Amino acid sequence: MPPFTMRLPVRAFLATFAFALPATAYADATVSEAQILAGPCASCHGPGGQSPGAIPSIAGLPEADLIAALTAFRDNPPAGTTVMTRHMKGYDDAQIAALAKFFAEAEQ
Amino acid sequence: MKTTRRTLLGGIGAGIGAGVVSLGLPGLVRAQNASAHVVVVGGGFGGATAARYLRRYSPDLKITLIEPSETFVTCPFSNLYLGGLRSWDSITHSYAAHRGAGIEVIHASAEQIDGAARKVTLSDGTALEYDRLVLSPGIDIRWGALEGYDEPAAELAPHAWKAGPQTQLLKSQLEAMADGGTFVMSITDGAFRCPPGPYERASMVAHYLKTNKPKSKILLLDSKETFSKQGLFKQGWEALYGDMIEWISADNDGKVAKVDASALSVETAFGVTHKADVLNVVPPQKAGWIADRAGVTNETGWVPVKGNTFESVQVPGIYVVGDATIAAPMPKSGFCANAQGKVAAAAIIADLAGAEPAPASFVNTCYSLVGPEWGISVAGVYYFDGEKLAEREGSGGVSPIEADAAFRQAEAVYGAGWYASISADTWGTV
Repeated sequence: MPPFTMRLPVRAFLATFAFALPATAYADATVSEAQILAGPCASCHGPGGQSPGAIPSIAGLPEADLIAALTAFRDNPPAGTTVMTRHMKGYDDAQIAALAKFFAEAEQ
Repeated sequence: MKTTRRTLLGGIGAGIGAGVVSLGLPGLVRAQNASAHVVVVGGGFGGATAARYLRRYSPDLKITLIEPSETFVTCPFSNLYLGGLRSWDSITHSYAAHRGAGIEVIHASAEQIDGAARKVTLSDGTALEYDRLVLSPGIDIRWGALEGYDEPAAELAPHAWKAGPQTQLLKSQLEAMADGGTFVMSITDGAFRCPPGPYERASMVAHYLKTNKPKSKILLLDSKETFSKQGLFKQGWEALYGDMIEWISADNDGKVAKVDASALSVETAFGVTHKADVLNVVPPQKAGWIADRAGVTNETGWVPVKGNTFESVQVPGIYVVGDATIAAPMPKSGFCANAQGKVAAAAIIADLAGAEPAPASFVNTCYSLVGPEWGISVAGVYYFDGEKLAEREGSGGVSPIEADAAFRQAEAVYGAGWYASISADTWGTV
């Protein structure tokens, strides 16, 4: 059997019953959309949002603060904003919420 | 082996579809990953990142990283080394963190890749079987594509477009040049690594010359009519270096047709000869040669990939990332290679589990340093639209041209912050 036809049941299962699995177990099966969305953030904010340099760490910040900050960068950037506006204009509200949750839960 | 796993997984999927023993899946998927072997060829931004994120995503996967060099010198920030702002050590990274994470690192060159047999043969004769391969081959120079520019010529007129001895040669030539000398750079057109790189290099050479040899000149002979962050670079050059840097576009006879490395001179398309004291050639490029041997390149010399996974469109099971790929509108940058490495890692984890990966998402941010306290940037957010890679509408763009000195200074600081973070992300070193 070609691999693609075999993938469908697993994919359908994951989509339907993901909530039933322990979070870590699900993460073993596939990488979540939030993890993939958050991937490029690490290139400036450090692995897992922990920055070793001049760019602020974002790991462990309160989720509501992250949503507020990321949304403001997109819609009403505070004075002194440099590149974050150009980034956040590429993300919708749902993606911002997913990123905020991911980094709020990230280990500090 | 592969057939066995797929058959097994198909069975699991069928069982689950029937509503049987759903909690058995995670353990079995882990067993799947534990028995799979992913080989990563190339330890630069794409490959080193892919290896670390494969480990992050799958603690039990067997991962082998093949990289000839014991340490990796980055092209990003190598211009700062030329400008005297960075030490060689500060742009050199080891693989200790990979080994610490249980990734086997083999310092050898991958000589052959057999995509049908899923086998890599190394320069030491070892043959490795893989279930999935990540190929991050970087670039190679198209020797001879620019008349007169072959490997011996590069020992006289360095390209320094792969960081290493070429970069150190160029720096030693700049240090040996007399005050009042002319630094000439020939810049290719078409696809090449790091679109703003030649102009950051001109900036950093200008910084070095202004500081040490202020009567010197810089002549940029360009095969293009426009370039990355052009307005921002020209603004910064005028403010910081006056008329030290002269840029000649293709339509003003800037295109170099022929290099005479022993005479340190170049001849333009219309036959004008320019004599240099130090000659730097940014030459035509292609994907690293191992990509040809793996059968993943097309007639352009670069590698077509599926935009959601970065799997080769030509050879299943080989995921190609970084400068070697055709990934426009993403540029050939270290940032993109790092982002693609993560997407490929996630796609491999999903594929080994018989699942589809979550949607790919990418960012690019390229900082360029015009002067020690003058940074500029270009950014973009990218996704796979179902057919091709695309930029998120409204995202991205360059630093504002009207920004003040504090903004430029902040971007210089953030550029250094980016380098620290991406180094930590890619190699576990700062």
